[in-house]
Amino acid sequence: MHILVQQAAFDMGAQVNDFTSAQDASGAVVTFTGIVRDLPQGGLQHMLIEHYPGMTEKALTEIAHQARTRWALDDVLVIHRYGMLIPGETIMMVATASAHRKNAFEAADFLMDYLKSRAPFWKKEITSATADWVGAKQADEQALNRW
Amino acid sequence: MKILYFAWVRERIGLPSEELENRSGTVRDLIEDLRAREERYAAAFADLSALRVAVDQQLTDFDASIEGASEVAFFPPMTGG
Repeated sequence: MHILVQQAAFDMGAQVNDFTSAQDASGAVVTFTGIVRDLPQGGLQHMLIEHYPGMTEKALTEIAHQARTRWALDDVLVIHRYGMLIPGETIMMVATASAHRKNAFEAADFLMDYLKSRAPFWKKEITSATADWVGAKQADEQALNRW
Repeated sequence: MKILYFAWVRERIGLPSEELENRSGTVRDLIEDLRAREERYAAAFADLSALRVAVDQQLTDFDASIEGASEVAFFPPMTGG
């Protein structure tokens, strides 16, 4: 299990290759990547991601442990960045490895739902005129009820 | 006891963290004390439904005890991913 919380950009392809080549029993690797998206009306200059050092790593580790308890996973990788990002930059990724694809897909979906609402990150969208904290969506909280 | 503030809670109070004397009681008692200090605290803690709390880096609720805790953090609902 690998949990990385970092300011630096990461190479998604290299991470996926390393993760995949380290698995010898898995038949399936599922990955998800989150990217800084421009606002619907355009004009996003930066996305600032704040986090709670210490708790972030603990929360992500706990969420990954839960996933490993619920699904037969061989490995889990979570990378989440913080700091000032620009549109198009990669914010985070998760990867799950399992013998079969269903466990890998479901666990990745679960990890994403939980780390959206239970990992201590906060996003601020900055344009030339505004700087607004992104509000949590009701739908994100409700998504947890699926599990 | 270290009190931490994140995102707009940090901005509204104007501090990322501060040290308070250790205390007993619940998170709610602590919030009452903070609210009474200054207008910026009262503003930050005006609507508890917009806030979340972690005691010793564990997400909890406002009725949780803070007895013996070393860190209490206040922040808005999280927006990771």
